[in-house]
Amino acid sequence: MTAPQRKAVALISGGLDSMLAARVVMQQGIHVEGINFFTGFCVEGHTHAIRKKDQSKNKRNNALWVAEQLGIKLHIVDVIDEYKDIVINPKHGYGQNLNPCLDCKGFMVHKAWEWMQNNEFDFIVTGEVMGQRPMSQRKDTMPVVQKESGAGDRLLRPLCAQHLPATLPEREGWVDREQLLDFHGRNRKPQIALAKRFGFTDYAQPAGGCCFLTDKAYSTKLADLWQARGERRYELDDIMLLKVGRHLRPQANFKLIIGREEGENKFMEGYRKQFIHFRCVSHRGPFVLLDGTPSDADIELAARIVARYSQGRDDDQVTLEVGFTDGRMHELQVSPLPSAEIHDEWHV
Amino acid sequence: MSRHELDARRLLCPLPVIRTQDAIAGLTQGDELQVVCTDPGALNDIPAWCRINGHRIVETRQQDDEIIVTIEVG
Ligand code: SF4
Repeated sequence: MTAPQRKAVALISGGLDSMLAARVVMQQGIHVEGINFFTGFCVEGHTHAIRKKDQSKNKRNNALWVAEQLGIKLHIVDVIDEYKDIVINPKHGYGQNLNPCLDCKGFMVHKAWEWMQNNEFDFIVTGEVMGQRPMSQRKDTMPVVQKESGAGDRLLRPLCAQHLPATLPEREGWVDREQLLDFHGRNRKPQIALAKRFGFTDYAQPAGGCCFLTDKAYSTKLADLWQARGERRYELDDIMLLKVGRHLRPQANFKLIIGREEGENKFMEGYRKQFIHFRCVSHRGPFVLLDGTPSDADIELAARIVARYSQGRDDDQVTLEVGFTDGRMHELQVSPLPSAEIHDEWHV
Repeated sequence: MSRHELDARRLLCPLPVIRTQDAIAGLTQGDELQVVCTDPGALNDIPAWCRINGHRIVETRQQDDEIIVTIEVG
């Protein structure tokens, strides 16, 4: 009787490590398929798709590209809603910014484990390297991911397996432990050498992390959103809008999102029905969304700020159109707010 | 063989790909799915996803600000 073909599901982020990990296991005759999770915070694509000046750049999705290089299927899973709880209440806290890396890893491996069971796969592969990331890839946190995800010893980390206790696939002889690796720490040279050996010449090497939550400016905007709402909550639209425009909060009860260029203006126009919005009529100017609950006086202040960011900033009067969420439109004539009155601390 | 349409307008990548994938999961081989999107990234991503998962792109075209991808389920 021949042994059954063993199957592994590999977490594919689009970066080099997960690509190598999958490849190392494929080399041992394992059938591998990829899985990728969309949390809403992924760095992939978005801002490129929005900003006009970036549209000519290569917009490939790295996870898809990696899967294609490896010749494996890729399953992309929408985890937007489930992921909220990870960002809002991370049991293990945050990293340097609002990145809940340890909870996030546990969550993703857990989702992969569920997928593995539903699809009758045998084990899970990740590209983790011990000591590489300060939070989720430490000697003491790697077992936490294993335990909390439920995956237990069906979680194989081929790039650093030799530093870890043997997992089920190794003990059962589905994979040969000797051929797995012993990468350690932040030095990227071994990965680069292995990539060369496999003939991978074009790959992504994300600097900070795989998502916007590791970005300081982004995290500040998210924290501001939570503070203004008085609760830690978000919808997909909120976190998408944190990626575009200039954010100004003149008062606790409202903020303005000011388009910085044509692509952003156009993208934000798609939110006309959900937000109060401003458009300059008498001059060229940005498209602006208002998030919050403004009074009539606040609308006036907002309009003066918008005028400040228009080409009419040095004129006495600027005419604007204000649109409300119930479809009402108003025309307003305002004098642009002097730049000295735009306080630095308004910039989120 | 049946024809289906998917509205993925205003969704940013990878959401159009995810919706395409989920729609195809409910179709059978030979069915045709037409996806309408507005994110230009879909022009790369949907065909890439189809290539690796064994579906055939019948046509991609751009019409004003919309991208229309027609897929034959493999
Ligand atoms: S960087 Fe973002 S996606 Fe990556 S592990 Fe941390 S929280 Fe998760």
